[in-house]
Amino acid sequence: MFWGSTVGKKIVMAVTGAIGVGYLIGHVAGNLLVFLGPAEIDTYAAFLKSKPSLLWAARTILLLAVILHIIAAFQLARLSQKSRPIGYKRWRAVGSDFASRTMRWTGPVVGIFIVYHLLHFTTGTVHPDFHEGRVYHNVTSGFQVWYVSAFYIVAMIALLAHLYHGAWSMFQSVGLNHPKYNRLVRAFTTIITIVVVLGFISIPVAVLLGFIA
Amino acid sequence: MNLTLHIWRQKNAQTKGKMTRYEARDINSDMSFLEMLDVVNWALIEKGEEPIAFDHDCREGICGSCGMMINGVAHGPQRGTAACQLHMRHFKDGETIFIEPWRSKAFPVIKDLVVDRSAFDRIIQAGGYISVRSGAAPEASTILIGKEVADLAMDAAACIGCGACVAACPNGSASLFTSAKIAHLNLLPQGKPEQKQRVLRMVQVMDQEGFGNCTMHRECEAVCPKEISVNFIARMNREYLVNSLVSP
Amino acid sequence: MQLNANIPSGPIEQKWDRQRFENKLVSPANKHKHNIIVVGSGLAGASAAASLAELGYHVQCFCYHDSPRRAHSIAAQGGINAAKNYRNDGDSIYRLFQDTVKGGDFRSREANVYRMAQISLNIIDQCVAQGVPFAREYGGLLDNRSFGGAQVSRTFYARGQTGQQLLLGAYQSLERQIDARQVEMFPRTEMLDLLVIDGRARGIVTRNLITGSIDTFVADAVILATGGYGNVFYLSTNAKQSNATAIWRAFKRGAAFANPCFTQIHPTCIPVTGHYQSKLTLMSESLRNDGRIWVPKKKRDGRPPEQIPETERDYYLERRYPSFGNLVPRDVASRAAKEVCDRGDGVGETGFGVYLDFAEAIKNVGAPVIRERYGNLFEMYERITAENPYEVPMRIYPAVHYTMGGLWVDYNLMSTIPGLFVLGEANFSDHGANRLGASALMQGLADGYFIIPYTLGNYLATTRLDKVANDNPVIREIESEINSRLKQLLGIRGKRTVDSLHQELGKLMWDECGMVRNAAGLKHALAKIPQVRDEFWHDANILGANDELNQALEKAGRVADFLELAELMCLDALQREESCGCHFREEYQTPDGEAQRDDEHFCYVSAWEYAGANKQPALHKEPLSFEHVLLTQRSYK
Ligand SMILES: Cc1cc2nc3c(=O)[nH]c(=O)nc-3n(C[C@H](O)[C@H](O)[C@H](O)COP(=O)(O)OP(=O)(O)OC[C@H]3O[C@@H](n4cnc5c(N)ncnc54)[C@H](O)[C@@H]3O)c2cc1C
Ligand code: HEM
Ligand code: HEM
Ligand code: SF4
Ligand code: F3S
Ligand code: FES
Repeated sequence: MFWGSTVGKKIVMAVTGAIGVGYLIGHVAGNLLVFLGPAEIDTYAAFLKSKPSLLWAARTILLLAVILHIIAAFQLARLSQKSRPIGYKRWRAVGSDFASRTMRWTGPVVGIFIVYHLLHFTTGTVHPDFHEGRVYHNVTSGFQVWYVSAFYIVAMIALLAHLYHGAWSMFQSVGLNHPKYNRLVRAFTTIITIVVVLGFISIPVAVLLGFIA
Repeated sequence: MNLTLHIWRQKNAQTKGKMTRYEARDINSDMSFLEMLDVVNWALIEKGEEPIAFDHDCREGICGSCGMMINGVAHGPQRGTAACQLHMRHFKDGETIFIEPWRSKAFPVIKDLVVDRSAFDRIIQAGGYISVRSGAAPEASTILIGKEVADLAMDAAACIGCGACVAACPNGSASLFTSAKIAHLNLLPQGKPEQKQRVLRMVQVMDQEGFGNCTMHRECEAVCPKEISVNFIARMNREYLVNSLVSP
Repeated sequence: MQLNANIPSGPIEQKWDRQRFENKLVSPANKHKHNIIVVGSGLAGASAAASLAELGYHVQCFCYHDSPRRAHSIAAQGGINAAKNYRNDGDSIYRLFQDTVKGGDFRSREANVYRMAQISLNIIDQCVAQGVPFAREYGGLLDNRSFGGAQVSRTFYARGQTGQQLLLGAYQSLERQIDARQVEMFPRTEMLDLLVIDGRARGIVTRNLITGSIDTFVADAVILATGGYGNVFYLSTNAKQSNATAIWRAFKRGAAFANPCFTQIHPTCIPVTGHYQSKLTLMSESLRNDGRIWVPKKKRDGRPPEQIPETERDYYLERRYPSFGNLVPRDVASRAAKEVCDRGDGVGETGFGVYLDFAEAIKNVGAPVIRERYGNLFEMYERITAENPYEVPMRIYPAVHYTMGGLWVDYNLMSTIPGLFVLGEANFSDHGANRLGASALMQGLADGYFIIPYTLGNYLATTRLDKVANDNPVIREIESEINSRLKQLLGIRGKRTVDSLHQELGKLMWDECGMVRNAAGLKHALAKIPQVRDEFWHDANILGANDELNQALEKAGRVADFLELAELMCLDALQREESCGCHFREEYQTPDGEAQRDDEHFCYVSAWEYAGANKQPALHKEPLSFEHVLLTQRSYK
């Protein structure tokens, strides 16, 4: 019933998306510790790993969220395509923006990024010089490789677009809407999005420019 | 002025259609868009060609019969205006205009620019009403309704059921139409008793009819001749959430 | 044919109650066995279909629109009257009754009008309960405005979209019954003929507008709520599709047509701009509350209006009718405008227009207040004319708006064919020779919600109806008639567009049977119409086939009927040798040019009976008596 309806599915996307946003806020804050030096971030990482039960709880939630989010995304996207079998010869956008129209591309890009990212920094599989627990080392050495950083930056730009529309859209999906506060919400989600993404991008950039080594 | 038109011609639901080119000669800029099509049709008839079929009736922007994609925009370039109220002074001499029918799985083309919008009626049948038998109504002034609420309900009720929102939506979603009717009735005290069934059933039927989902593109709001706000969509989502999870 | 109005006896206040009590009832167990056909889904049709279905009847409802919600009622702007007296300004059922009878210039039935005024109260209750978002005051009470020069504020409204909101209310009730399987809805289906068996209306024959198939539907009673026929004039404020086919075909099957010449011309419409003009747009009457109507004194004064000094303006309504000024009734205002324009004093390119000026009102109360009151109307005007009424005066001219005439019905809304009921604008009932603003919506809903449910039941309970076999010869006969007519239309293949012929008819009617009429002109029209009709059947060009959506064919069938109805309208106008309400015969006017009624000879409803092809219809008269409102000459001086 709930999951079966477009509105219900969209609400699931919003909630799972929100979980993602929440995670990212914490994640970017943690990551920015690299600027304070190896000690800080490594101890922080160690602290995160200190309670495996909590850690795995969090990981499970994140995993479930991303999976639900993706499933819903694909199902709804299919539905939208089916709802207009014959397209227009001419179509002009008068209300939507670039971000809203590219959600279905920026999303997967972020998805692929996540997979790569886990293999990169969490398991180290694709990391030439990976040392479990030495986050500072992993990050700095990882970003030395210019095309790795480049990929990160590209992915972050996709994330920027995805969240610029998504973070606002999710409020509408769950109906957190009031003419009085709508402009406020839009401003808020836009700022969060920009801060988070700039925070992330700053790290590979800093490494490449040699601010941190 | 003179115009070049590219208009979708399709004999009936079974046959395939195609864009056909027409020249519209000495069009007066005071004509409405539909009057321009009338003139084109007169010329066609005199040439022994079948006139272009399009739905229209009131020509005052209120019945919701008319509607076509004009250069890729539902109801054409002027905001808050139905095709019948659009005037040719908004076009330049020598301009090329593409005219296509609403495109949606739920709105199959019947002929040329005429589509079948009965899906909207079925959405209303699913709860877009208040169950009151003729004669069963209490004295009108027994229930007071604040002006703000009444006005907001009226904003939603202004929908003319033209289908432009569906036609313009990249997802082919009928959310604006459906949410406007839900909001109109659920806002009013008279509509409260049935508000749960209303939102749940109307959304269900909206989905069954094959419309897409809303991802907040806001194309619908931009083309709506009555400028119905997408805030009503958010309201519908909220009521759907509340009524399907909590509430008796 | 004899006309029996079947007005119940007793004091006027009690007639309706008595009737409802004396009516025979259909037992609840039997209601579902009755199939009722309702043609039309406007205010009258939708409200009737929904109400009857709620009672348990099985209803089949038809309309030519793609959805019942698009009926022409949707276009009504101004509002709906009801004698609620919420303003405590002295309104009452009796006053509404009296205003309506007087406004109709004493050519309507007292009993019907009184009942409508009584029911007006229930209508508002009903609509509010349905969720019609009428305008409210800050305190939450329903707001009212005065309309069309009424002395009391009794008009309920929903922005400039009252008709839309009322229709959506009725439409929603209808959709509810469709969902409940009580009503079968047939959109895009046009009634082309009435099935009369053993002298009773027993069904209709329709054309499916998408497939072209001709089908017959059998029923125990048929209700026509198919609207007005103002489109005879080609240009009118009516929706493009509005037509007379349903009532005209019923007329040809024996239903009397009453007061066909009574056509209301609305004074405030946007003037014609060119030959391509497809319809005329109404500017709500309420504009006359603040706008001042004038023309330049100097003929063809080239200057822009705002530069013409006060002294060189002729505020002709205020001059001629000091006490009512710009608020005189519709027919008076329209005629005055025609006179000045015919004199050559009109404004605008065509010279057929007068100024409706808000400059002074804006000076007095300020633009914001005016915007608050008329914002949406000013927008609509600017959208169409590209002129800003806040700066330059509006240009307006009268246009055909409403037809008081229609099929004759008795007190029970039954026509002269037993089992055929007629509701809304399609019947002639309550407005006499001139309709007051905001009264048509009231009448349509009174008929549908509160009258037909009672009177239909009585008919069914008191009549024996045998089953009609599907292979009844009458059915086959009618179907073949229709098919051959359609074939004939498609076979003409002449040179002229149907629109051009319709325009020709419209022009003729506007000139000779419009705002002012005279014997010579009407005779001329009567001579000319058959020629146009002839031209139509020989030179019209109707392309396409029958077995598909064919809008040209639909239009042609309707225009063919207009070409016959027009003749009856002129006949009626010619026989009524008096001036009353909308019907102004130049020969019959007071010395100072006002309508001169002749109650001694013409205080009756003219009801015409079809006499066969190319035969003059027979005139029958239903005498009118006025016991409660004294026959007096209207005066607005
Ligand atoms: C611009 C305008 C403004 C107005 N403003 C006001 C106002 O402010 N106040 C007021 O009181 N009145 C107003 N009126 C008058 C009022 O709107 C109409 O008189 C009234 O709505 C008529 O309603 P109806 O139900 O009788 O017919 P309609 O609403 O015209 O409905 C006719 C129905 O019959 C169907 N139909 C017709 N013929 C056939 C056929 N052959 N087969 C199948 N179906 C058929 C149509 O599809 C339609 O559903 C206005 C009229 C106009 C034109
Ligand atoms: C992993 C692959 C992903 C895919 C395929 C994907 C795809 C989508 C799609 C198609 C939408 C719907 C478009 C819309 O609602 O406007 C969407 C919405 C959203 N996405 Fe993603 N996304 C992905 C990952 C993410 C991630 C990692 C986040 C957050 C960090 C995220 C946050 C959001 C948010 C907040 C929304 C808005 C939900 C709503 O409008 O209700 N997405 N996503
Ligand atoms: C430049 C940007 C980023 C950097 C430097 C970064 C850094 C890291 C590091 C070092 C880890 C490993 C932590 C550890 O194992 O101790 C990690 C884990 C993770 N990162 Fe990132 N990250 C970035 C961006 C992102 C983004 C944009 C996303 C999501 C869209 C993301 C999602 C994750 C996830 C899901 C994990 C796994 C968490 C866990 O161990 O459960 N990261 N990140
Ligand atoms: S919401 Fe607007 S666009 Fe959609 S049907 Fe209603 S009026 Fe038309
Ligand atoms: S355009 Fe479509 S996506 Fe939603 S906001 Fe409007 S329905
Ligand atoms: S024709 Fe009625 S809205 Fe355009």
